[in-house]
Parts: sequence; C-alpha cells; structure tokens
Amino acid sequence: MEQGTFRVKAGLAEMLKGGVIMDVTTPEQAKIAEQAGACAVMALERVPADIRAAGGVARMADPTIVQRIMEAVTIPVMAKARIGHFVEARILEALGADYIDESEVLTPADDKFHINKHDFKVPFVCGAKNLGEALRRIGEGAAMIRTKGEPGTGNVVEAVKHIRMVMSEIRLLQNLPEEEVAAFAKNIAAPIELVHETKKLGRLPVVNFAAGGIATPADAALMMQLGCDGIFVGSGIFKSSDPAARAKAIVAATTYHNDPKVLAEVSRGLGEAMPGLEISTIAPHERMQERGW
Amino acid sequence: MKIGVLALQGAFREHRWMLERCGAEAVEVRKPEDLDDLAGLVIPGGESTTIGKLLVEWGLMDKIRERAAAGMAVYGTCAGMILLAREIVGSDQPRLGLMDVTVRRNAFGRQRESFEADLNVPEFGAEPVRAVFIRAPFIELAGPDVKVLAAVGDHIVIARQGNLLATAFHPELTDDDRIHRYFIKMIQGKA
Repeated sequence: MEQGTFRVKAGLAEMLKGGVIMDVTTPEQAKIAEQAGACAVMALERVPADIRAAGGVARMADPTIVQRIMEAVTIPVMAKARIGHFVEARILEALGADYIDESEVLTPADDKFHINKHDFKVPFVCGAKNLGEALRRIGEGAAMIRTKGEPGTGNVVEAVKHIRMVMSEIRLLQNLPEEEVAAFAKNIAAPIELVHETKKLGRLPVVNFAAGGIATPADAALMMQLGCDGIFVGSGIFKSSDPAARAKAIVAATTYHNDPKVLAEVSRGLGEAMPGLEISTIAPHERMQERGW
Repeated sequence: MKIGVLALQGAFREHRWMLERCGAEAVEVRKPEDLDDLAGLVIPGGESTTIGKLLVEWGLMDKIRERAAAGMAVYGTCAGMILLAREIVGSDQPRLGLMDVTVRRNAFGRQRESFEADLNVPEFGAEPVRAVFIRAPFIELAGPDVKVLAAVGDHIVIARQGNLLATAFHPELTDDDRIHRYFIKMIQGKA
C-alpha cells in the first residue's frame, strides 16, 4: 500500500473536474457551498477582494478556521499557503487539508523559490499565467494547475488571457518538429521531459482549472469553453447579493457550459454580482498575478 | 455497443477513453434523453453530493432508475458506488439507491490517507489489479444478492448485483482495462 504517490495526488484533481471549488471563510458559508453543489471548498480567513482591500501581509489562515470548515462539510477542503512557505504547508498537511494552494493571493514568503511539493503527501495546486510557469510548478511537484487571473477583481479578463496563452503555447508546441523542442523548453524555462509529455498529450500533464476573476455563470462557462477543466470562484460568490443562488447557478453553468439555453435559464434573477475592478486601475506592483517565479 | 458515461462532474473523460479502447461506442450523458438507447451507463468518480444534486435537478435520477429496472447495466466507481448504494452511513444525500449495500463515504480517511495497492481479484485472473483509492468509500454491508469480487481486509471494494457493478477505486486512472471489459461482458450477458 502506497500513500502520497503522484497518481493519488493528481487523481483527486481528476475527480474535481467539471466542478466548482468555492472560497469560504466560515463553516456556515462552507455548508451553503456544499448545498449548492460545490465539489470542494477553499478555507480562508478572508476572500481575495477583502485581502486586496485590507493590504498589508496576507498569511495562511488560522488553523481553527480550516479545522471548523473541515468538520462542517464532507467534500474536500483546500487551504492556502504562501509561496515558498513550506512550514505553513506542513501545518496544513498536519491539519489534514485535502489540497494546498501555494497561492499568489497571499504575500509570498520567498522571493526566489517555490515549495518542493514532491516532498509532501498532500497534493498542491499552483497558479500559472503561461505554459512555462505551469510546467515549472508541475516540475516542483504540483498535481494541479489553475490560471492566476487577477484575484478579487470580479474581472475575468486576466484569467482569459492566461488560459488562452497556455492553450496557444500547447498548440504551437504540438506543431514543432522534434529538433526544435529543446530550444522551446529553454525559451519558456520549463523542464524538457514535461515539455515532451505536454507535446505528446496535447494538454498539460495535470488538470488545469480557471481562477481569478470569475463572477458569473457565463464567466464560468466561458472558461470551460476555452479549455479549463473546472472552476475556482473566490470572491465571486460570497461578495454577491445572493450567494446560494449564484453558487448553484455557477455549478450548473460549469456542467452545461456548452448549452446556451441552460446558461440563459440559470443566469436569470441572481441579483447583483460582486463589484468589479478594472485591471488598469490596479498598480502593476499590486497585481497578484505578478507573484510567483 | 453504445455505453453512456454520466458527465455531470468528475472523471468522465477517462471512462470514455477506457470504453473506446475496449471497442465500445462511448457517449457523454447530461440530459434524460441521452439515456434512451444505451446498453450500459458508467457513473464516474467525482463528488457524490455534487453529482447527486445535479441528477435530481436535471431530471436524470428517475430516468436512470427506470432504465436500470428495464435492464440497462450500470457501473459506478467511487462516487458512482456511493450513488448506487441504498444506504449511505450518516448521510441523507440524493442517490439512485439501486444496490442492496451500505456504503461509508471517505471510509479510508481524507486525501492524505488516499493510497494505491495491488488487489487480488480471482475473477480477473492471477495478475493483481493496481487499485487507486482517492478519499474512497467502501461497502460495509452487502445484501444476499450481492456478489463480492474483492475486499481490502473486511471492506468490500468490488461488488456486483445482477446488472449493477461497483468499485470503490479508479481503474480509469490506470492502464488496466479488465474491469471495463468485464462490464462490457456483463452487458453482453457473458459475465
């Protein structure tokens, strides 16, 4: 019997596909998410929109929050550690969190290196803006990738940019003759074996979710149609006027992302979406997507 | 032979590939009408509470029960096993309830306790099955009509009852297609 193999770690992400993972900050919110059909929840002290508003240093949540949320629901519970903060990750692993997000939403703890994720039994998800970044994270042991988008904005434009970039780089790679693959790997600063594997598969070697700015059922369906395997919704649910209804609608829109009639039906009467932020109003050094190396 | 894969949430893509590899025509099922001409249906791994809610909400629950009663074979993996079970320990979540078994969810523990192991399944020959268990359930109690094909200790992890088959683990995450071939033989009346 073997625990913590890469197949077991990447396997949980496979099971989350076609589903919606929702940010929650209390056991009550976690229950609302589960009731709405979330396939997992992300346990946080604050949602990204509030982290952005508060400023300062954002850290791993208090273990009590993670634990109470784990006790409240039967679905998988994820939690965030700071980039490079392997001790926060060890704490979350000890608590029994089902997935760790080494996340740019929190303030990075290391300005050069990410966590050696191979070293853990618990699987990790990491953000990526392009293929090179995704494959570097997988090389470090990430068992799941997500777009970075721009968290806490309710603006899907950056997530769209990131999935389009990854998909177009994969299409380009697939058309390269073998002798050009090594130079391609060097240019995107990615491990060559993973570049070969991606070329062979025609997709990333692990599941790739959308995250960072998804606020409506239509946003979720858009990301699915662009090639994402599932959806993270951060501030988009509990910063909207009717979280339960919106959560349920985003779940349906993710499953029926190719069915415009269903999308029209579930998009009706959801009340106000979260307040949005235009990306150009955020100073470049305050953009969370720029964190990670 | 046309076999459906329930595609509401979870690892349905891998089951489709596996069935195609075994020579079956595999189609994704999201609406009641997709069930009409299927010889069999696979319910994949995923989140059983999510899939159960979508089954009710989109009118698939009763239709699957009807079609299974009329002879359509159903194979559930992991979440699919939970959805097939009549009883789920400590839960009133929506389910098909077709199989006379009691399952326990997350029975081996959380993700860090998830594991892979070699499983002896006499039905499939001497070569063990590499079984991948992810926050997996197991069957605690099985009725008299249920045939147990494999267990880990006392915990039943492969079971069959007539046209119903359930595994607690994920053959679709490996290259071993013996369980999918067995399911196809069940449909053909050869197993």
